Amino acid sequence: MKQEYDVIVVGGGPAGLAAALSARQNGAESVLLLERQADLGGILNQCIHNGFGLHYFKQELTGPEYAERFVDELKKSDIEVLTGTMVLELDLSERRTVYAINPQRGYLELRAKAIVLAMGCRERTRGAIGIPGSRPAGVFTAGAAQLYMNLEGDRVGSRVVILGSGDIGLIMARRLTLEGAKVLGVYEVMPYSGGLMRNIVQCLNDYDIPLHLSHTITEIRGDKRVEQVVVQKVDENRVPIPGTEEVLDCDTVLLSVGLIPENELSRQAGLEIDPRTNGPVVYENMETSTPGIFACGNVAHVHDLVDFVTAESQRAGKSAALCSKSGSPSEEGMLRLKNGFGVGYTVPQKIRPQGVEKSVDVFFRANQIFRGARIMVKSGETRIASYPREHIAPGEMEKITLPLALLKKAENGELTVSIEKEE
Amino acid sequence: MTELVCIVCPKGCRLHVDEKNGYKVTGNSCPRGEVYGKKELIAPTRTVTSTVKIRGASIARVPVKTDREIPKKDIFAAMRLLDGITLQAPVHVGDIVVPNLLGLGVNFVVTRSLAKVSDAG
Amino acid sequence: MFDVAIIGGGACGCSLLYELSRYKVNAVLLEKENDVSVGTTKANSAIVHAGYDPEPGTLMARYNVEGNRIIEQLCADLDILYDKIGSLVLGFSEEDRATVEALYRRGVENGVPGLRIVEKEELHQMEPALSENALFALWAPSAAIINPWELAIAQAEVAVQGGAKVMLDAEVTGIEKNGDVFTIETSQGPVQARFVVNAAGVHTDRIAAMVGDNSFQIIPNRGEYFVLDTTQGKLVSRVIFQCPTKVGKGVLVSPTVHGNLIVGPNAEDVSVDDADTTSMGLHNVRQAAIRSVPNINFRDSIRNFAGVRAISTQDDFIVGPSEACEGFFNIAGIKSPGLTSSPVIARDMVQMLHRAGLELSPNPDFVSKRRVLRFKSLSPKERGEAILRNPLYGTIVCRCETVTEGEIVDAMHRPLPPRSVDGIKRRCTPGMGRCQGGFCGPRVQAIIARELGIPESQVPLDRAGMHIILGRTKEQKEAGKQ
Repeated sequence: MKQEYDVIVVGGGPAGLAAALSARQNGAESVLLLERQADLGGILNQCIHNGFGLHYFKQELTGPEYAERFVDELKKSDIEVLTGTMVLELDLSERRTVYAINPQRGYLELRAKAIVLAMGCRERTRGAIGIPGSRPAGVFTAGAAQLYMNLEGDRVGSRVVILGSGDIGLIMARRLTLEGAKVLGVYEVMPYSGGLMRNIVQCLNDYDIPLHLSHTITEIRGDKRVEQVVVQKVDENRVPIPGTEEVLDCDTVLLSVGLIPENELSRQAGLEIDPRTNGPVVYENMETSTPGIFACGNVAHVHDLVDFVTAESQRAGKSAALCSKSGSPSEEGMLRLKNGFGVGYTVPQKIRPQGVEKSVDVFFRANQIFRGARIMVKSGETRIASYPREHIAPGEMEKITLPLALLKKAENGELTVSIEKEE
Repeated sequence: MTELVCIVCPKGCRLHVDEKNGYKVTGNSCPRGEVYGKKELIAPTRTVTSTVKIRGASIARVPVKTDREIPKKDIFAAMRLLDGITLQAPVHVGDIVVPNLLGLGVNFVVTRSLAKVSDAG
Repeated sequence: MFDVAIIGGGACGCSLLYELSRYKVNAVLLEKENDVSVGTTKANSAIVHAGYDPEPGTLMARYNVEGNRIIEQLCADLDILYDKIGSLVLGFSEEDRATVEALYRRGVENGVPGLRIVEKEELHQMEPALSENALFALWAPSAAIINPWELAIAQAEVAVQGGAKVMLDAEVTGIEKNGDVFTIETSQGPVQARFVVNAAGVHTDRIAAMVGDNSFQIIPNRGEYFVLDTTQGKLVSRVIFQCPTKVGKGVLVSPTVHGNLIVGPNAEDVSVDDADTTSMGLHNVRQAAIRSVPNINFRDSIRNFAGVRAISTQDDFIVGPSEACEGFFNIAGIKSPGLTSSPVIARDMVQMLHRAGLELSPNPDFVSKRRVLRFKSLSPKERGEAILRNPLYGTIVCRCETVTEGEIVDAMHRPLPPRSVDGIKRRCTPGMGRCQGGFCGPRVQAIIARELGIPESQVPLDRAGMHIILGRTKEQKEAGKQ
């Protein structure tokens, strides 16, 4: 195996697979993909439900099927793959080195002209949201429960309360019900769901599982195994309202309370992190604050659909290939994207017009629900573009496409994306 | 008039289906939404995904799905068909696990290829 | 028959077992749970106190200062994480100054080295994250942070290696004395011993009562804590206390030996074993902590927990022979600074047993050193060598804490093999990081099952019976047949 590559991709989930293929197809001559697990595919392997690929393949696939299409393509290519390999450190100085370990090959020191980070994200835990009470067995993050059920064949619970209405929680509500468990309800602290509408319909409504908005778990009880939880209604500031306590008898609590980009390596390497996405700040081509280092997929921001991860990662892979040949685009005329009313974050956070071919896709999430609204792009007081939307929700990622011509209208090096309610 | 959220794609269009007017669908933004809206009220169907036991693979369960949608009312009956089955690795995407389930002309098929790693369970 | 039976596998019980293993003493430790160190020992502030708090002349004062002195070498010998970072007791008012000065004088009298009162400018240079309202502080350079459960586990491990016995899942249900022999009824059957040392933490009063010793009672007192992500671990670089009150040392903010930030505790009387956290308690901890360090980002909290301290009806530690029953000894009421004191309490107890007739001749099999491979702290070259030697060091199980499969297997093959996911966490830290075992939990469970040759479903989260999974999918029909 070589010691030096045009492009090294860290992570063999949907983002890494697409990035590696795209890098190779766009001129990178040597590409290495590093995956910590024994199998490629990442989280898709445990997402056995359907709903993947409608945009990209124009057909409805399950997670493993979606992954397998990319893995098959990868096998046909000359991209090198090292599974069971964990990247421990990045040296992003001129040397641009990846330090990793592998049981057979030991400690690896690999150099690359460009590096794509595609480590995905992780789930917020009980500790992160600080649910008080006892600490019995039976409290799982939804993804951990999904792994136990779908890969190991373990039953994680029989009477289940789900906190948080993220998509994995909704999917698991259906999955548990199909495997014979009783899901008592999904409790969401926000006044809206964090997941996709279609998942509420086909995972909750189909099985008469109630969704309680503006509710949270305020206590977990049980000695060895969860025995009860206390749920409570919350006010508009998400503070539990006294007197609304309800005690539910259950043996299991699933948490679907948010995903956070896995940014250990990004932080260790000193990349600029956006506190809104919790991922690295990226330019229009998914390049981070350090030249030659790219980030894509859920490590950059948490996506709702894998199809968008694929599209974004293809862009990152292509950019990494170009970068390995001819370096990064010039910063001349660089624009910063600012978040106006209703907008939680944007990706990219910065646009270099020099790096834009025809147009640039900007992804963002709203921080509240809008029915009938306009996405506005302004530079100062100047309106650059506007996009009407019937419905915008925090659970669903929004995308707008900014043509290069419009970017040139921007002044002061800034663009603000905001949402205006339609009167 | 019934209000529905379309589940054909993640867009989640709000459909209005007029039962008294030949199940006329409005609010859809594509033809598939119209089909869904009508079908959801007359004879709703779903794809079912689950797992079955497998021996000789790196994991204990292999994922499966119905290769077409089945009537919503038959979901639990379909699930029960998977209980007694144990596959042997290797398996490939598309391998039929249960043919013509419940006489519906729909098959449960494998959705992940798994290589043979050992003879043990 | 055993020479000595120790009841309770906390810091004191394990220290005593270790100290006894220096000699040819046939000793057994009885622990009601499936691992040592799982009571108060695993749920406290994890501080090696300097020794300015206890009243001069008390056992607490002597044990604390002496414990502070010897624990550093003990940690070096047994490869226990320890860092002498020093502590500050903050003063916010002139009223506090009187308290801080009193602590200073008390510390000097107790023999605490290096004490000094630092004024505002120097204080804020030392700790820039402190509140502007902190005007001065008592600086005690000899205070340290430690991995408390590792202190107990390491001592138990080497004691077992030296020939001592640990009986787990052995809850003591009754004690009888016939002539010179104690018969201790346990859930694992009867155990006979010449001497019994009661080190049962919050249960010491109940155990003492079994031999008619009702000289003290335990009033369990709960303290709640936050553990924050390593991103918050460098907010302060020393242990930050506030002035003590009647109920305790108050809420501290401190780095941990694992690089996290620990914040707590409050103090509340509770029933035995009530280690629940409460929204009110956690709220109070937060409010008190930001008085010292205003910018703690509690959104980076990764865990909250509570510990129950064994506060007795007597002001001082209770260490000595029971007056009610000859041959029966108590180590009771070991509140703070109990962890710091435990090695000295153990040495003292060995001498007390000797005076009562226990022979002490050197144990040729005594093990005084322990080494643990921590992959995370190896150099690149050492990492490469370790993987060549054992490929299991090349597989990371816990991503947050960089723990390899090799380290987990090592822990499974040391003298006191853990049986639970949390037992592994206590020995080599997988699951202690920000994902709290979300990723590695199932993997750790599988490794334990493999190494012990049991089904995964029988590996508990922590205590026996804490089942993680409830059965298998797709096996309803087979289950029906049984």
